[in-house]
Amino acid sequence: MGTAIAFYILAALILTGGVLVITAKSAVHSVVWLVGTIIAIAALYVVQHAEFLAVIQVLVYAGGIVVLYLFVVMLVNLKRPAEAIVHPQRRERTGLLLGGALLAQFAAVAFYAFNSPQVGTAATYSARGNVEAVARALYVEYLVPFEVASVLLLVAMVGAIVLARRDA
Amino acid sequence: MIDMVVIPVFKMLVVITAVLSAVAYMVLLERKVQAWVQVRLGPMRVGPHGVLQPIADVLKLITKEDVRPASADRFLFTLAPILVVVPALIVFAVVPFGTSTTMFGKEISLYITDLDIGLLYIVSVASIGLYGLILGGWASNSKYPLLSSLRASAQIVSYEVAVTMTLVSLIVTAGSLSLVEIVKAQEAHGVWYVFIQPVAFVIFVIGALAETNRAPFDLPEAEQELVGGFHTEYSGMRFALFFLAEYTNMIVVSAVGVTMFLGGWLAPFSSVSWLAWLGLVPGWVWFSLKTFLLLSLFLWIRATLPRYRYDQLMRLGWKVLIPLALVNLAVSAVLKVLL
Amino acid sequence: MTTNRDTATSAFDTDELVINMGPQHPSTHGVLRLVLRLDGERVIDMDVVIGYLHRGVEKLTEQRDYTQIVLLTDRMDYVAAASNNLGYVETVEKLMSLEVPKRAQYIRTVLAELQRIASHLVWLGTHAMDIGAVTVFLYCLRERELVLDLFEEYCGARLTYNAMRVGGLPMDLSTGWEAKVRAFCDLLPGKIDDYETLLTNNRIWLERTKDVGVISGADATAIGLTGPALRASGVRRDVRKDEPYAAYKDFDFEVPLGTRGDTYDRYTVRLIEMRQSVRIVQQALDGMPDGPVMGKVPRLIKPPAGETYHAIESPKGELGYFIVSDGQSLSPYRLRVRPPSLCNLQALPQLARGHLVADVVALIGTIDIVLGEVDR
Repeated sequence: MGTAIAFYILAALILTGGVLVITAKSAVHSVVWLVGTIIAIAALYVVQHAEFLAVIQVLVYAGGIVVLYLFVVMLVNLKRPAEAIVHPQRRERTGLLLGGALLAQFAAVAFYAFNSPQVGTAATYSARGNVEAVARALYVEYLVPFEVASVLLLVAMVGAIVLARRDA
Repeated sequence: MIDMVVIPVFKMLVVITAVLSAVAYMVLLERKVQAWVQVRLGPMRVGPHGVLQPIADVLKLITKEDVRPASADRFLFTLAPILVVVPALIVFAVVPFGTSTTMFGKEISLYITDLDIGLLYIVSVASIGLYGLILGGWASNSKYPLLSSLRASAQIVSYEVAVTMTLVSLIVTAGSLSLVEIVKAQEAHGVWYVFIQPVAFVIFVIGALAETNRAPFDLPEAEQELVGGFHTEYSGMRFALFFLAEYTNMIVVSAVGVTMFLGGWLAPFSSVSWLAWLGLVPGWVWFSLKTFLLLSLFLWIRATLPRYRYDQLMRLGWKVLIPLALVNLAVSAVLKVLL
Repeated sequence: MTTNRDTATSAFDTDELVINMGPQHPSTHGVLRLVLRLDGERVIDMDVVIGYLHRGVEKLTEQRDYTQIVLLTDRMDYVAAASNNLGYVETVEKLMSLEVPKRAQYIRTVLAELQRIASHLVWLGTHAMDIGAVTVFLYCLRERELVLDLFEEYCGARLTYNAMRVGGLPMDLSTGWEAKVRAFCDLLPGKIDDYETLLTNNRIWLERTKDVGVISGADATAIGLTGPALRASGVRRDVRKDEPYAAYKDFDFEVPLGTRGDTYDRYTVRLIEMRQSVRIVQQALDGMPDGPVMGKVPRLIKPPAGETYHAIESPKGELGYFIVSDGQSLSPYRLRVRPPSLCNLQALPQLARGHLVADVVALIGTIDIVLGEVDR
């Protein structure tokens, strides 16, 4: 009961935040709403007993990545370039296409989740402790994908530096 | 009901009251210590030796006219001070001031909650406070605050890495993320972690100074260059909130430092038999005393050292402290496995 | 980096940031105004705007008689009023070919050197404070207070002394004054050691001052830098040695030289100068001759027609007075001051180019200006 109420309140906050992110006039305001949304999502994780995930969400997204967004948004004075509003239709079409694809993906995930047996919720993991559960999943059960993903990220990082250096 | 609501709420009230009054007197202490170092007297007018000065300050700040620049961003200008203060205060939710005490026949733990991810909670909540600084500088719509809020964000992000890294090496040593467990681990080891991890402690103290924007890393508010920094345009209570947050953060890092490195509420010299009576002093007294000592170190440093320049500070953070913290982490991990 | 306004299509338009520093700014040492053009925090260029403290001192002198002008000189470099007095009275004496008693010369030297110490203390304090070491500031002012006490006992004033007269001094030393000066001279070196403990080998201080605002000897000479700022670049030029005035040729002292010409060298040079000043004062007290302190001066000071230039080594550099007399009037026809603060200030844009905003503050400190003298 309490969980449900918390979920609906947070869900409403998240959706409101999300809408404000795209409707806010100033880019800085958008970023602020984005932070709000991220924190609300973190709170949702807490309700689901995934405290570790919640903390990491705040630490990495709110505390790290979005700070950099804010940096860029503040430094680059975003005056809308003239040619951006030339083809509103084309942008709308692309947007619709991407939105549709995203919706389809969510639907697929939801469908899969409802139809597959319960493999273990966050609650069953939290019996062992959140951190241990995540650590076990990452470093024991899915070690190879994890390592592959980290190599991929490293390559992307190096690539970004190389591109930036060539420009300068 | 009592266990679920009344006691936690009561604890929160006690902690927040204690922290806020500690902040008020911290300001007085800082002014006094600075004055003593600098052959002055410091505040002397309000009450004997100025002991009522904080109260006068608070009254003044509350009753002052609240000025908002005409060109400021109204929403963010108001939001920024709140964003700075709230994270600074809610960090105390996981700081253990002691083990437990018995009150009215009930066992009451001397911490609001003991999260098994306590340390991560602190780090992540603290990282939110950064937004207040950045947005405060930007929302003022003025060049000096903007410059200094850029400095602030870059500085804090950089030093966060080093500080977090040292905390990770302590986690490796202690084998837990919970602050209560970490202190208990120190009790079990029979030694404070400052002696096991001296390098980490030094990095932590330097990083803590930088993260709280204290001298010699007080660039975001370098009076001499930026005329006050990100809160230049703030006045009255909004300014007071920035001020409050700065000192609360000092207390936070000191409290975390004490918990992680100086044995939290543990009495010193527990192994020396003729000093065993020190253990009779309540744990929260030791905790407060150690926090106070660490804070005094902050004040002492401020009165002694000149200020770093921005690029030098960045160099120190990225090229010295972070590699050092990484090496320290690697060494602790290897030793942990070997021993 | 350049501004790419012409490529307006670029989303990442980088702009120079123009920042106004002063005239109301805690670190511009008065009412100096700097218009900084910044790339990020790096200074591309700066305009120095002066004149906020202009009082027309030079013009005023044309309406005052020669004795009254001493009073005006106090108000130029108000941190080193005695040096201003000395430069002016010596110029008038040179114009009138007056003989000044030996005792007066010695006392003048003592006053000038005490003044140098006081001025350097103010410089060190404010310079250190600009770099963030607030404690040093209060320590320096504590010792400066002792110098001010000495001046107060000599002439009754603490800032604008009016301590010299054409032809000599207004009064002799009071009894016991010399002992107090000696006590101060014994005290000061230890205090300078204290400042050095706080700064000289401090890593942060070194990083903030070494290689900051480097200027070569040739450049410094070309710009017209004088005083400690010039000597820190390795150029041996000290009016006290090169064209001895007052009683300087009787004393043995060293002129410290720097090698790199950076902010740190200017710092060490001034510190050594303070120690040397103590030596000069001690020698002057040891050799203090007896006799009158006022020479034979006509009742009305009316220099013969002609012009003369005379310079002294003020704490900040070469302080020169150029006086034209028409031989008729009791006031100079024209009095022109060569203010070291103004001439040294010219080096600021060159020193600051390519450095960070934080360095600008350190650089204003290192060239040691007093706005009262820059604007006059």
